[in-house]
Amino acid sequence: MSATRAEVCAVACAEAWRGDGEILASPMGVLPTVGARLARLTFSPELLLTDGEALLIADTPALGAKAAVVEGWLPFRRHLAMVAGGRRHVMMGASQLDRYGNQNISRIGGAERPARQLLGVRGAPGNSVNHPTSYWIPRHSPRVLVERVDMVCGVGHDRAAAAGPSVTRFHRVPRVVTDLAVLDFETPDRTMRVRSLHPGVTAEELRAATGFPLDVPAGVPRTRTPTDGELRLIRDVIDPAGLREREVRA
Amino acid sequence: MTADKRMTADEAVSHLESGMTIGIGGWGSRRKPMALVRALLRSDTTDLTVVSYGGPDVGLLVAAGRIRRLVAAFTTLDSIPLEPHFRAARQRGELELTELDEAMFMWGLTAAAHRLPFLPIRAGLGSDVLTARPELRTVVSPYEDGEELVAVPALTLDAALVHLNRADARGNAQYLGPDPYFDDLFCEAAREAYVSCERVVDSAEFASAGGPQTLLVHRACVNGVVEAPGGAHFTSCAPDYDRDEAFQAAYAEAAADPAAWREFTGRFLSGDEAAYRAAVAGFTGEAA
Repeated sequence: MSATRAEVCAVACAEAWRGDGEILASPMGVLPTVGARLARLTFSPELLLTDGEALLIADTPALGAKAAVVEGWLPFRRHLAMVAGGRRHVMMGASQLDRYGNQNISRIGGAERPARQLLGVRGAPGNSVNHPTSYWIPRHSPRVLVERVDMVCGVGHDRAAAAGPSVTRFHRVPRVVTDLAVLDFETPDRTMRVRSLHPGVTAEELRAATGFPLDVPAGVPRTRTPTDGELRLIRDVIDPAGLREREVRA
Repeated sequence: MTADKRMTADEAVSHLESGMTIGIGGWGSRRKPMALVRALLRSDTTDLTVVSYGGPDVGLLVAAGRIRRLVAAFTTLDSIPLEPHFRAARQRGELELTELDEAMFMWGLTAAAHRLPFLPIRAGLGSDVLTARPELRTVVSPYEDGEELVAVPALTLDAALVHLNRADARGNAQYLGPDPYFDDLFCEAAREAYVSCERVVDSAEFASAGGPQTLLVHRACVNGVVEAPGGAHFTSCAPDYDRDEAFQAAYAEAAADPAAWREFTGRFLSGDEAAYRAAVAGFTGEAA
C-alpha cells in the first residue's frame, strides 16, 4: 500500500513515543493524536492516553469516538501534578520554533501590543522543564522555523543551559516532526539537526522552508514509510474519517 | 442555624468594587460563572484585575472595557482556539497581561489559599514568563540539592466567582461533571466568594447526586449563593448541559466586527438574565 504524506507524518509522530514505557502520551493536534494511538496499538502498548479531557482511557478508539473503558481519572489539577512528576511526554504545536528548540504559542510581536495575540503560554513552560516535550509542525515554513522566537514559552537548549541545573535536570526535546522532515537536537551544541527527510522532500526544499541555516547532510535517511499493518490501523481504526489529510497537505 | 446565603446575581456583584482583583472559576469555555459575569456587565464595576483560566468570561469583560489587567495562562473558547475580544484588545495595546504557566497559576492560588507568600515550582524557569516580569523572583532550596526554583507569589483575590451544578442555601456546593477545575481553590484564595449553581437543593439531596468527593466547595469560604439555571451558558456545564457551540460560534463571529457586536449586545446583553435566556431561546429556535 502506498502512504500519503499525512500517513508518513502519523508514523513519525508515533515513533516519538517509542520506548517511553508506562507514561502519559499527551498529543496536541490531529497527527500527534493519530501517532500516539498508533504507538499504543503497536510498539508502545504501555502508554497512557486521555480522552482529551479528564479521563484516562483503556481502549484506543477512533478520533472523536468515545472510549468504551475508562481506566483512570486525570482532571486538570492531577494532570498538572503528573507534569511535575515527569511521567509524561507531550507533543505540542508551535507558532514559532527556533534552532535551539525554543517554542512560542503566546504572541507574535511585543508584549505590550503584539501584532498577533495567540493562546498564551499555556503549560509550555512547565512541560518543557519537567519531561520530554516534542513538537509537531503541520506547515514547515520560515514563519514557523525562525531564527529567534518572539516569546519563549517552551524552553530550548540554550535557555535551559543558561537557566542552570534546575532546568537542565529534566529538560528534553526529543523530536520535532513536520510535514517535511523529522528533526532532533542530537548535535554537540544542541541545535536542530535533520534526522530524516520524508519521501519526496528534497534537501533544498527543506532548507528553503526553514528560517535559519539548516545543514542537510548528503545521505540523510528517508523517514520510514508505514507498514501495511500500520496503514490499516490508521485508515480503518484510528482515523476512518480521514481528518489527518486536512491537517497535512498532500 | 447558619445563615441563608441565597441572593440574586445582581446582589452578589453589588459586593464587588472597581479596582478589585477578582478570580473567575471554570476553565476556558467550561463551567464559567457566565450569569455572574453578565450581572457584572450590568453593574458599573470596572478597572478590574481578573485572574482566570480564561475563556468567554474574559472576552465579555474585555469587550465592555472592565479589565485593566488580566492574569492568565491562556484565553480560549476551546472549540474555537482564540478568544476574539481578548485577542483584539491585546492587539490594540488596551489590555495588560500577566502570563503565568498553568501550574504556576494553580500554585499561586494554592499559596493564597494556604496564606503563604509564595510556593516553589520548576515551571517558568528558563522561559519568558520569568524574564517578562522582573517582580517574579526565584528561591534557592536550603537543602543539599541547592536547586533554584520559581517563587510563585500568592494570587490572593478580593473576590471569587464560580459556578457549580448544585449548592445548598448555606454555600456548600457540588460539581457533577468529570472535572472540578479549580473552583475550590478560587474560593479559598478569595476574601469573598460567590457561588452560582444550576439548582439550590436541600443539603440532604447532595448524596443522591454523587459521592462526598463531589462536594467541592464548603460553606466556610462562601458568602453568597445564586440559583442560576443555565448560569454557565454558553460554556459547558456537564452533566447538566454541553457547550452551546452554535451560540458560541455566533458570539465569536459577532466579536470580529464592531457593528455585529453592537447588534449582539443589543440582542443578548442589554436586559436581565431572564431577558438573556429568552433571547437565547429565540436564537436556538431560529437555528433549529
